[in-house]
Amino acid sequence: MQIDCDIHPGTPDTAALFPYLPEHWRDISAMRGIADLHSTNYPDMTPLAARADWRPAKGRPGSDAATVAAQCLEPFGSDIGILNPLFPVQSFYSDDLAQAYASALNDWTRGDFLDRDPRFRASIVVSLENIEMAVAEIERCAPDRRFVQVMVLAGTARPLGRRNHWPIYEACVRHDLALAIHAGQEFRNAPTALGWPSYYLEDYVAHAQSFQYQLTSLFCEGVFNRYPTLKVVLLESGWTWVPALLWRIAKYWGGLRFEVPWTDRSPEEVVRDQLRFSLTPVDGPDTDQLRRVIDHLGSDQLILFSTDYPHSQFEGADPFPSTFDPALRSIISGDAPLATYARLGGAP
Amino acid sequence: MTAPTGIWDCDIHPYLRSPADLEPWLSQQWIEHQRDYGSLRQTPLVTGSSYHKSQPNAGRRDAYPPEGGAQGSSVSFLRRQLLDAHGIGWGILNPLIASQGVRNLDHSIALCRAINHWQAEVWVDGEPRLRASIVVPYEDPEASAAEIRHWAGDRRFAQVLLLSRTSFLPGNRRYWPIYEAAAEVGIPVGIHAFGNSGWPVSSSGWPSFYMEEMIGHSQSSQAGLTSLVIEGVFERWPDLKLVLVESGFTWAPSLMWRLDKHWKTLKSEVPHLRLAPSEYIRRNVWWTSQPMDEPENRRYLADIFTWLGWDRIMFSSDYPHWDFDDPARVILFPATDEQKHAFFVGNAQGVYGSR
Repeated sequence: MQIDCDIHPGTPDTAALFPYLPEHWRDISAMRGIADLHSTNYPDMTPLAARADWRPAKGRPGSDAATVAAQCLEPFGSDIGILNPLFPVQSFYSDDLAQAYASALNDWTRGDFLDRDPRFRASIVVSLENIEMAVAEIERCAPDRRFVQVMVLAGTARPLGRRNHWPIYEACVRHDLALAIHAGQEFRNAPTALGWPSYYLEDYVAHAQSFQYQLTSLFCEGVFNRYPTLKVVLLESGWTWVPALLWRIAKYWGGLRFEVPWTDRSPEEVVRDQLRFSLTPVDGPDTDQLRRVIDHLGSDQLILFSTDYPHSQFEGADPFPSTFDPALRSIISGDAPLATYARLGGAP
Repeated sequence: MTAPTGIWDCDIHPYLRSPADLEPWLSQQWIEHQRDYGSLRQTPLVTGSSYHKSQPNAGRRDAYPPEGGAQGSSVSFLRRQLLDAHGIGWGILNPLIASQGVRNLDHSIALCRAINHWQAEVWVDGEPRLRASIVVPYEDPEASAAEIRHWAGDRRFAQVLLLSRTSFLPGNRRYWPIYEAAAEVGIPVGIHAFGNSGWPVSSSGWPSFYMEEMIGHSQSSQAGLTSLVIEGVFERWPDLKLVLVESGFTWAPSLMWRLDKHWKTLKSEVPHLRLAPSEYIRRNVWWTSQPMDEPENRRYLADIFTWLGWDRIMFSSDYPHWDFDDPARVILFPATDEQKHAFFVGNAQGVYGSR
């Protein structure tokens, strides 16, 4: 059994969502010329946005179910693929517009992918502009068990641990949904805590730091203590930075836990219990050092198989580092994803 | 384990007994301005920190000088409690006194000049084991370059000091006059964590806790180092020595891996870089040790030292702050005498030795 936990279907343009948008928002979109949402997180033509052999002659890669299955499930021998749409509905500032587009995107994923190939599962994409609306969207989609998680971006307006976000986590727990945090910015803040970089390369590298802030926030605010059954999956985050962050949190938890008295487990315990990371990108050398990073993580159960299709993170049909032995590959491919996603039937 | 004697301590914080300590080097205009308006920075509070520290002044409770004043404000008590007690043979001062990020640039310039005089004449002249940092008004890079050139020939100063939370990323071209001046006179640039950039302390807004601010310095330091590398600062000034102070260092191997991996994919965007990002870092960057992160298995830290290089990390105590590191209790994993000597003495000698 292999489950690909991070696949990105390519929404061609806003017109692709029109069949799923209420008439009012279709009219508004046409009237205002909202023809596309082209995300600064992934400029289409950068070498990173699509692997050369997955880039179509025209349009965005992976824009239909058959193409994604042919390019991303079959060559890798994946039995199930989880779709994480990155069409940037989080860019809207208006509560209503954001909600309308998030709903349309979720219905597009369902109608154009889930209904066309039984191997697909998907994220419920929500905008955080209005938390009540986000929860309502989760409630709307949750009865469909093919949605296995709720997905937000790593760069948000307020840190994800802050309590205004907690109704989303309650909804996740209520419905056996994981919380996925995917690389990318809502751009409600600068991409770094020192402002806006000059280069896209810096933006991309900075996603790892965005995840580090969010993990720190979730830990300090007590989200893992309040919701001990919640699984949080970091997607396209990289994972070689994780041990150093946990050691840093542990360092200051030792001296400053009077600020966060509800934290009843060490950061390393919390991560082993409740955090998971997608395999790609593998930000490290293909040497024994990477195997050693797994030791530093303190568990071999934390990494979930992913291709990050269609992003360019590796060549060929094997995203694994060569130093990962068959037993570890087997855990990453199947055991760990099944234990993470209650809706895949593998968890209690 | 006993630490070597003659240790080089790369991060010591001197404090004022009162603002009047700087008055010998401030004009009447700035003395009155300071009294009436304070040192206005990009923060909600005129004095202190908006993320309130865990202790007054973030200082050790046993570090108040017997004659009174804040922790770290007495040369004689610092000599006794830090230098003599812990075998420190050489130490560098990093003043964290509101000055560098003050919004009124003329005020910032005046305060930095006064702090530099105060360090040299009160601290270094009073204790020969100490060296000063050239505190520069970094939001005015031209004035900063002038400040560097003003003190460059004075052997009491061992580095240029910036804070990590500048208003623009530190590789941004607006700051290049600072690096140009430092490279020209051959003095290392230290970037100490903290400051008030005006941006939230995370890329997702303001967190709730001081603990998050402290952890977050390791992320903003990663962004800062990324910027210095990718903007080409080390390409342009290949001999520039950069020291990251109190930023943590365990994050560095994974950052270098990540930079190299995605640079390979995106190098068409940055044709001005002739080396892989990690090669610049290995050539131009050093780290101070405190705060030493704490894995459950302390031996994992030895992996980080090995991966980063035992020649890149220099001991620092962070005296008189509450998270002070005692040199006798800082390397809690197996290390050779040669490695320990590099860490406590040799690396800093190599970076700062000519000063």
